[in-house]
Amino acid sequence: MLEIKNLHASIDGKEILRGVDLVVPTGEVHAIMGPNGSGKSTLSYVLSGRDGYDVTEGEILFDGNDIVEMPAEERASAGVFLAFQYPLEIPGVATMTFLKAALNAQRKARGEAELTTPDFMRRVKVASEKLNVSQEMLRRPLNVGFSGGEKKRNEILQMALLEPKLAILDETDSGLDIDALRVVSEGVNALRSPGRSMLVITHYQRLLDHIVPDKVHVMSAGRIVRTGGPELALELEAKGYADYADEPV
Amino acid sequence: MVAVQETVDQVRQIDVDQYKYGFVTDIESDRAPKGLSEDIVRFISAKKNEPEWMLEWRLDAYRRWLTMTEPTWSRVQYPKIDFDELYYYSAPKSTPGPKSLDEVDPELLAMYEKLGIPLREREILAGVEGASDRRVAVDAVFDSVSVVTTFKEELKKAGVIFCAISEAIREHPEIVKKYLGSVVPVTDNYYATLNSAVFSDGSFVYIPEGVRCPMELSTYFRINERNTGQFERTLIIAEKGAHVSYLEGCTAPMRDENQLHAAVVELVALEDAEIKYSTVQNWYPGDKDGKGGIYNFVTKRGDCRGDRSKISWTQVETGSAITWKYPSCILRGDDSQGEFYSIAVSNGYQQVDSGTKMIHLGKNTKSRIISKGIAAGRSDNTYRGLVSAHRKASGARNFTNCDSLLIGDKCGAHTVPYIESKNASAVFEHEATTSKIADDQLFYCLQRGLSSEEAVALIVNGFVKDVIQQLPMEFAVEAQKLISISLEGSVG
Repeated sequence: MLEIKNLHASIDGKEILRGVDLVVPTGEVHAIMGPNGSGKSTLSYVLSGRDGYDVTEGEILFDGNDIVEMPAEERASAGVFLAFQYPLEIPGVATMTFLKAALNAQRKARGEAELTTPDFMRRVKVASEKLNVSQEMLRRPLNVGFSGGEKKRNEILQMALLEPKLAILDETDSGLDIDALRVVSEGVNALRSPGRSMLVITHYQRLLDHIVPDKVHVMSAGRIVRTGGPELALELEAKGYADYADEPV
Repeated sequence: MVAVQETVDQVRQIDVDQYKYGFVTDIESDRAPKGLSEDIVRFISAKKNEPEWMLEWRLDAYRRWLTMTEPTWSRVQYPKIDFDELYYYSAPKSTPGPKSLDEVDPELLAMYEKLGIPLREREILAGVEGASDRRVAVDAVFDSVSVVTTFKEELKKAGVIFCAISEAIREHPEIVKKYLGSVVPVTDNYYATLNSAVFSDGSFVYIPEGVRCPMELSTYFRINERNTGQFERTLIIAEKGAHVSYLEGCTAPMRDENQLHAAVVELVALEDAEIKYSTVQNWYPGDKDGKGGIYNFVTKRGDCRGDRSKISWTQVETGSAITWKYPSCILRGDDSQGEFYSIAVSNGYQQVDSGTKMIHLGKNTKSRIISKGIAAGRSDNTYRGLVSAHRKASGARNFTNCDSLLIGDKCGAHTVPYIESKNASAVFEHEATTSKIADDQLFYCLQRGLSSEEAVALIVNGFVKDVIQQLPMEFAVEAQKLISISLEGSVG
């Protein structure tokens, strides 16, 4: 599904990713952990095609195709989804309107018919109930005045509707209390499927108690420096990142 | 950064040449000789078969105008206007006041159809059968004359008078005499005085006591003729307890030279009356290099003369090379209310200096101002507003919210509020924000699969939503489309 080879990327001439190698096979959930400033969020932006990041070397193979030159919206339609650490607010645009615009834009890009309103509403209803997202919340402007938990639930709701092949979750646990964390994690777990890969970026191990990964990678100074099973997360929790924090960027 | 940059580049390239109403109608016209003099004023008055008092009124205005100088305080720049190079009267030749649509030049009807303004009542009726509340009566003003007013008979049954102002001067002189110039005095300002001297047509609306106008009224203004100034005059009177909703729309052909539009609109609301006045202004804005376009120098004012009366202005301004206007409310009656909702979009080299004045004179008067300015390209967008409370205006309340949205880094947004209170119990609130469409906001949308054009459209529509909601339903859709077209290049 996702194969990253010797990826180097910089922003404003400063190199942040310094040779990332990573393979996430179809259907697997991998976690990336690491100290602050190790390049985790940069990796999520480079994978999703955010402007301003220069890929200076290496490849990102998604379903076998190099997507380095592909614009962000095309990657989205091809099935790359990023759950933002800080979801953005769009005043005056109802959440429901945004969901419909996004879903139909992707369907159109893939040459599929746009959904009819009843069909769309039905899908939203099914997905929102699972995530405890109320109709009232869907009518509010996108993320405006949402609590931390509401924002993250809204991200997972978008993921459920857009049905990506690769979901990147950037610090999805930040700003969540225990109950919200459980709801969000259950939502993510419900979306695990043999056809979908996930890359869970987190600073803390507690998220991985709920979303148990197939593999854990440790990132430091712009590289993947260690890879192991779920037990690696527990080790990091106990020992901290001191061993890896040699080269902050 | 790069995504926004692309949008900015696209906006920069925008051809204002995409203006979709820029065609010229080939129609023979009857014009007054070029330039302005007492003779021209007499010529216009004679053309309209006006009574003597009206001619005197015009001549008085003309003589006063000669003693005035053009104001220069606005934040707009334009070369000096040579008033002797303009034509002050132009009428389609074939229509010296047609009695029915059959007498209207088919070229004209075709033009209005092209603009999406149906003038044939039969067709309007056929189109919306069973939805009688959706009908809109239209007064179509072409250059200097009103060519047709629809649904007149039906309105007459309700006691509503809706006709060209030239007709009202002849048919209802007692009402016109009483109210004309009572809200915008002849000497109010340079352009209002000029208008008083040479106004050629416009709409007249009279809603009798207790009547709720049975349909939306609208006037459609079209400037066709080259080098012609359009000076229309609109007068709306709502008697005690009357209600009316009125909409005006405007377009003009693409011409290289600038055209002057200096209108005066006067609204009078008596006790418990309510007037809602909506404008969708889409005059030709000039080409991508800023050549041509309409100078829109307009005086619009409403007088809440009676207690508990209410006047509401809603405007969507996307056109004109220069827009210079301040639809205002004089809150004279106790407990009267004034509202101003505005969306001003500027692109290319357009300049906008617009806002409102809320003059609180009566007790417990309330006003509300919601202004949304969107600047793109190399345009300048200024909100200028006055809120004032007279000494006797105890309990006056105002809430003002001015938001500006910038697209790109070559445009400007400015907010110039004037707030004056001579009464200690007045409460005035002012909020203002200026924002840019942020990179991360745009990226968020792109990541969900929207193109940058769709993303900007979505964000802009969210930004103007509070004002769009104030428009009558039929026009809200039109306004949204218009905003999209105006920002084309950045919006899909």
